[in-house]
Amino acid sequence: MHHHYVLRVVSKILIPPILLFALYVQFHGDFGPGGGFQAGVIFAAAFVLYALVFGLAAAREVVSDTVLRIVSALGVLLYAGVGIVNMLKGNNFLAYNNLAVDPVAGQHLGVLLVEAGVGMTVGAVVISLFVYFSS
Amino acid sequence: MLGVTALAILRAPGLFTVVMLSSIYSLLSAVVFVTLDAVDVAFTEAVVGAGASTILMLAALALTNQRRAKPTPISPTGLIAAFLMGGGLIYATVDMPVLGDPSAPATLHVAPRYLNDSYDEVGLPNVVTSVLASYRGYDTFGEVTVIFTAGIGVLALLGRGRRDRKSRRKASSEST
Repeated sequence: MHHHYVLRVVSKILIPPILLFALYVQFHGDFGPGGGFQAGVIFAAAFVLYALVFGLAAAREVVSDTVLRIVSALGVLLYAGVGIVNMLKGNNFLAYNNLAVDPVAGQHLGVLLVEAGVGMTVGAVVISLFVYFSS
Repeated sequence: MLGVTALAILRAPGLFTVVMLSSIYSLLSAVVFVTLDAVDVAFTEAVVGAGASTILMLAALALTNQRRAKPTPISPTGLIAAFLMGGGLIYATVDMPVLGDPSAPATLHVAPRYLNDSYDEVGLPNVVTSVLASYRGYDTFGEVTVIFTAGIGVLALLGRGRRDRKSRRKASSEST
């Protein structure tokens, strides 16, 4: 798509706000609609837009397959790791009350970390699905 | 409008049209979710249903051809079975509680606890997030694992192994 100048310029302008919006959805999920699942997919959508306009090879240079694999596994590991830390602190698996001194703060931290894990896995998996299907 | 779109999907000639129509269908159901005050679900439906799955379907279309297979003639037994099943489902909806009924079982079980105590227990203004990530943390963990497993499955089926790619790169550099 090297001849579509309008498309290239517009997507260059659009991609940073999309990435920023994904992060907003990720970290504002505690207060408004949104969360890890949606944020991951929005993040992946920005990447897919880049791949569609600038070509898959350029996109693969931005995020390599190895990074995708590692991040998608890391998200699940982060989620499970939060649960394991709870167990080590003498609580049930994925009961976040003991993560901080104050139970409510512990819950908040736990939810934040867990949502981050969800976002990482979902984003990386959606990107890699697109990469594998279109390569 | 949802019904019209569904009928259009059934009648559409090309698979490209079907993909686009199903994207429209997802967007319309997102609107329905918004009118039901389920903003989180609407958000997910719009992003995943109308956005990501459409892109994946288009990528899959690029791998196959765009024509629909010749439709098989409708068998009378299948038609009767489908009508019986659909009629049974519609008959079952008669027993469902009215939308927004305060005495419905779904609003009496754990929902009051979530709505009344979640702010004191979890401290998040968005009840959906506190249910999703805290009260139902196990289920969400399962969902993430499912997504991860799906990614691994696609990787195993379509992604070429590292060794294969290296050998291909070597072959292409030798040929140039």
